[in-house]
Amino acid sequence: MVKRTSKLTQPSLPGPDDIYREVLSNGITVLARSNFNSPSISMGGYLPAGAIFESDAKLGLADFVSSSLMRGTQRRNFDEIYNELESVGASMGFDSGVHNISFGGRTLVEDLPLLLKLLSESLQTPTFPKDEVEKLRAQWLTGLAIRAQDTSDMASMAFDAMLFEGHPYSRPSDGYVETIQSITRDDMEKFHRLYFGPRGMVIAIVGAIEPKKAVEAVSRVLGGWQVPGQLKASVLPPHKPLKKTVKRHHALAGKSQSDLVIGMVGPSRKGPEYLSASLGNSVLGQFGMMGRIGEVVREKSGLAYYASSSLGAGIGPGTWEVSAGVNPKNLKKAIGLIEKELRRFIKSGVTKQELADSQANYIGRLPLSLESNSGVANAILNIERYGLGLDYYQRYVGMVREVTRADVLETARKYIDPDRLVIATAGP
Amino acid sequence: MANKITQLTLKNGMKVMLKEIHTAPIISSWVWYRVGSKDESTGKTGISHWTEHMQFKGTKKFPASMLDKAISREGGRWNASTSHDSTRYYETMPADKIDLALRLEADRMRNSIYKENEVASERTVIISEREGHENEPMFRLTEAVQNTAFRVHPYRHEIIGDMADLHTITRDDLYGHYRTYYVPNNAILAIAGDFETKEMLKRIKELFEPIPKGATPPRLTRPEPEQKGEIRLSVEGPGETTFIQVAYRFPDATHPDFFPLQVVDSLLTGASGLSYKTSRLYRALVDHEYAVNVSGWSESTIDPYLYRITITNHPKGNPEEAIKVLDGEIRKLQDELISRAEITRAVKQASAVFAYGSENITHQAFWMGYVEMFSSYDWFTTYLDKLAKVTPKDVQRVAQKYFQSKSRVIGIYIPNGAEA
Repeated sequence: MVKRTSKLTQPSLPGPDDIYREVLSNGITVLARSNFNSPSISMGGYLPAGAIFESDAKLGLADFVSSSLMRGTQRRNFDEIYNELESVGASMGFDSGVHNISFGGRTLVEDLPLLLKLLSESLQTPTFPKDEVEKLRAQWLTGLAIRAQDTSDMASMAFDAMLFEGHPYSRPSDGYVETIQSITRDDMEKFHRLYFGPRGMVIAIVGAIEPKKAVEAVSRVLGGWQVPGQLKASVLPPHKPLKKTVKRHHALAGKSQSDLVIGMVGPSRKGPEYLSASLGNSVLGQFGMMGRIGEVVREKSGLAYYASSSLGAGIGPGTWEVSAGVNPKNLKKAIGLIEKELRRFIKSGVTKQELADSQANYIGRLPLSLESNSGVANAILNIERYGLGLDYYQRYVGMVREVTRADVLETARKYIDPDRLVIATAGP
Repeated sequence: MANKITQLTLKNGMKVMLKEIHTAPIISSWVWYRVGSKDESTGKTGISHWTEHMQFKGTKKFPASMLDKAISREGGRWNASTSHDSTRYYETMPADKIDLALRLEADRMRNSIYKENEVASERTVIISEREGHENEPMFRLTEAVQNTAFRVHPYRHEIIGDMADLHTITRDDLYGHYRTYYVPNNAILAIAGDFETKEMLKRIKELFEPIPKGATPPRLTRPEPEQKGEIRLSVEGPGETTFIQVAYRFPDATHPDFFPLQVVDSLLTGASGLSYKTSRLYRALVDHEYAVNVSGWSESTIDPYLYRITITNHPKGNPEEAIKVLDGEIRKLQDELISRAEITRAVKQASAVFAYGSENITHQAFWMGYVEMFSSYDWFTTYLDKLAKVTPKDVQRVAQKYFQSKSRVIGIYIPNGAEA
């Protein structure tokens, strides 16, 4: 054996002692944690201005707005913004989901003030220049044309549409061709005016800087942002449970592989069953070479290069889905194998050994997931987003160990019903 | 980033590279074999990649069912990949669990089984992997350009191999490939992380030194003859989007021109790992709406390979217009000296990318073995200095030498409409 000869003292998991949290007077929550091992900084965050605010007719508006933020501000045009960033090897970008617009970037520590200045300008004073918006629209429409040819994207879209029928989660956040074509500059300006603001915004800074200095740096550029009328999102409507299995196939000619997504609603991230669902899912379709699903579909049957299961857990109802890419002639067979595994899973749950393996995996991999600055930034943003508590990672090992086989089985039976599945496929 | 490492060669010829990093309780261990798609002859294309898959099927000591789980149980991350020049396996583990990875790698360097039935099920898995790639217009275009750019050199085929060979390669072919190339004198073990070098070395010797040296593996030497004129091709397929790929010939990674060419790459399509919206081709093609995207890709390879520029055409644009704009930008680099400031900028970008990489132990272990495949660790530690020494005249000279129409291949993906 290699003896443990580490020169480290205790491996330091982020916790109340070293995550610095401060709420600025305008409502922005700043989180910071130091890491002086590398002269770099990772920055990330979000604000509650996601697709939930957009109408069906303007689907993609939040995403279009977020992509336009760096296309020009009151002080700088598109080329100037990117020239500042790229000249120093920094990067920054925005993205959007149902609830939030998120942002992230990285930089050498010496250029953090520049990164924050550009973040602040992009959030507060974007101008949505007409010619830039039109260029972006053309790029966007090409992206949608490429999406329309992607079997994996089309299967996922069909899955969401069936699973969340009538719910905001059913809609693709990048919209459709006709909705993207209908969005005007006025729509974008109005969206920005009504929903962007400091209330509910969270930003995390991780890297080679003292936490208090990080907070000061954020406060300097964003502390004065005030939006008195900033609107709040309405409450998510309830999700309608399925009465029976529903299927949809999206036909795409000329493809050599079909993609499939089979699944159902899963727990939310805040829900009490999240961890038992997550450990159960690990056994089902993650652990080792993609868990039981990988074993049956890939290893034993050689049907697919990838076949795994995943949880998509967020603020509202989540998803629990199995996905695979298979030869079109094997589609039925793969679906049959997956259904059989789901039935087995809710009949007898997981074995003692399987649960112990996944628990050991969750505990052991923690330092790996928290190795880089961006890993830590994501972790502390999750703590904030889902109210997990600053000591979450320090309690984590205990919480993982506490999950029992009975917990996993109970959670699996609560969510998985093999007679009420959504089965989405795309391919020839 | 501190770059002090320990390097030595074991009695059986296996090279060992060790780098202590005490920033997190993690160790990343990589075994590199000097074998990749460039060692594959017609009829056996894809065999290196398939062998890589078979290496996960177990040994007597670590049967597949256990192998899958052993690393995951300890919270480790592991995988493998195959390139043109190498096949590599890695495990990144909590520091106190690294022994498992070392035992596993020492064992599967020699004792993998390659059962007939495992070969059969993996055949369909790999065919499925290839079918997944074939769904993508960009894969089809890239494969066609590569096939055309290399008539003789084995860089001509995709790493995954041709479908014909995936149907006919046998168990004995795979096992023979394994025994020929997976010998310690054809391998490098590179480990970075939270360990003490003396202790680690002792354990490595215990585990790896008993593996006997093998015959020096054969090499396929088929240099590509000079291209004597621009070649054009087209690929048709589903969709609505036209893609253009232009491939120029680049020297191997140890050639002195490699560094000025890195500056050219960063000027044309941006620094690797960063956004590239102020690169010359983005401004000329995307800002002016000939294209909706453009990217560049070069690789550090043992033999001369390609620099590919890939353009996603604007829905209203004509690909010939986009190629004309590209030619204009190339001509500018050939005719006008760039400023010193542009080189300084490329160096700053590269040093930022190095700093981001140093946050990650797996990344640092990767680089040690990676550069050893085509050069030595010095290549990595002196990278920024070499980049800083590039002059505007060097950039002009390499632009003139390597960016000639007569030695390029242009491929166009022509969509035949959105069929549904």
